[in-house]
Amino acid sequence: MEIIRGKAFVFGNNIDTDQIYPGRYLELTEHDEIARHAMEGADPSFAGSMSPGDLIVAGTNFGCGSSREHAVITLKNAKVGAVIAKSFARIFFRNAINQGLIAVEIPALDPLGIVPGDSMELDLIKGECIVPGKGKATFPPLPEHILSIIQAGGIFQLFREKGVRAPG
Amino acid sequence: MHALEKILARASGKERVSAGEIVVAQVDVAEVNDLYLQVVKSFYELGGEKVLFPERTTFVFDHYSPAPSIKAADNHKKMREFCAEMGIPHLFDIGEGVCHQVLVESGMVGPGRIVVETDSHTTTLGSLGAFGTGVGATDMATVLISGTLWFKVPRVMKIVFEGEPRNGVMAKDLILHALGELKQDAALYKAVEFCGGTVRTMCQEERMVLCNMAVEMGAKAAYIEPDETTWEYLARYGWKKEEVFLTDPDFEYESVHTFAVSGLKPKAALPGSVDNVADTDSVKNVRVDQVFLGTCTGGRLNDIRVAAEILKGKKVAPGTRFVVIPASRRIFQDALMAGYIGTLVEAGAVLSTPGCGPCLGAHEGILAPGEVCVATSSRNFPGRMGSTDAQIYITSPAVAAASALAGFVRGPEAL
Repeated sequence: MEIIRGKAFVFGNNIDTDQIYPGRYLELTEHDEIARHAMEGADPSFAGSMSPGDLIVAGTNFGCGSSREHAVITLKNAKVGAVIAKSFARIFFRNAINQGLIAVEIPALDPLGIVPGDSMELDLIKGECIVPGKGKATFPPLPEHILSIIQAGGIFQLFREKGVRAPG
Repeated sequence: MHALEKILARASGKERVSAGEIVVAQVDVAEVNDLYLQVVKSFYELGGEKVLFPERTTFVFDHYSPAPSIKAADNHKKMREFCAEMGIPHLFDIGEGVCHQVLVESGMVGPGRIVVETDSHTTTLGSLGAFGTGVGATDMATVLISGTLWFKVPRVMKIVFEGEPRNGVMAKDLILHALGELKQDAALYKAVEFCGGTVRTMCQEERMVLCNMAVEMGAKAAYIEPDETTWEYLARYGWKKEEVFLTDPDFEYESVHTFAVSGLKPKAALPGSVDNVADTDSVKNVRVDQVFLGTCTGGRLNDIRVAAEILKGKKVAPGTRFVVIPASRRIFQDALMAGYIGTLVEAGAVLSTPGCGPCLGAHEGILAPGEVCVATSSRNFPGRMGSTDAQIYITSPAVAAASALAGFVRGPEAL
């Protein structure tokens, strides 16, 4: 869980939630059905060509647009290993943590020169993103609280373990 | 402190808060829309048994309204059952309108309130001096269970509009101009305050457009300091003037961006990206298949009035479809009474149920590959309104009406 290995799928800046999960599928509620449409608006072949653990590498403002949690559910259930972006839109980022989808912000991604198909390794404990033969970028390791949510597979398990919070 | 910080401090029982701090705040109003059966699923997955404050909770059926498919109908059915079981009194069923407008008209939202909705355009409510922000399904489920939500106190960016806009230039043109200059990630993790002389003389409905579109810059929340215009508007929905939090004179904004508006021309966000903005008079020879006037951005009474004035006694161009969807039932009724709807229908408009309409590509006017649409909504990402090969120009209601008349992308000044 702490080390993720996979191939890179590369996208640009401002990949919005309509590209991650088109609005016409929002009525779907079953997670495995939702997973079939991952990234369909940006790359219709994505869901069919990725393998579990593969990584999405993107530019700035990944997940901008609507608040739809489907955008996270689709990537998580397609078994995307992690999303690495120069920056994230805030609702997407919150949703990702809540659902246990790994989202790592690395503003200085360009020097790695990641191209589609590159093998990559993400170490969540050390805060390192390694592209063998190309180099390494670092990021602040995920805080323990966030890591514990991800390790639990989302906030659900954690919420149940800790019990329902009282208001206040 | 900024007024928004004071709102967060009040709601989290603190004397003061500052940017970057994480607070757990009491939520005054929570709203779930009909895209989000996931809220109900998450509620039970989190171990939820009862909604802590049913009277502060609302459901609005707007995105798939009336239900266009069996699946959507079933989602509505399950949500009605959830409301009945949890004793949630505020269920706004099909046809009541888009959630943000419906909440305002319900009288539940006013200055200083903390409002969370499962919709990114909740920033609209900042135009009333509320702290309004969009959340996902799981966050919302925790709100239903606990009545609270954690927030990181955002830094606040200030956008100042000064000067008198030309005839035919609307709030939408101003915010598109700002988006074109600042770009769509300018306000990531931040709040945006709108001020300046132009904003002070704007009607409340135009102010709502600015705050609505703040999310297209990535904003967490938006804000306009309440004044007489705000209270006059709120009085219609049962509000009486009350004391509001004011921003301290020594508050330091994250950044300040000032725009002189008197020279601005009507704008359009070009297909694919809301921050790729041009003057409409530079968009030449673009034939329009559909014009859409509606949504939480551009479907209010003022928007319908502007379109009706442009189209009065005239006809929509042959070969161009004109879909009009009032943002709420009340707006629909007001527009009927004022005669605007009659004018638009006479001109060739097609009316549909108050709600989100085709804005998110769910129903009521989806686009085919290769089609061009001029829309008063807020988003033109590829595939937003249907085919990824359709082209969407985002404009003001005045440009939309002028384009419907011409059958080409056209500013009102060209008529």
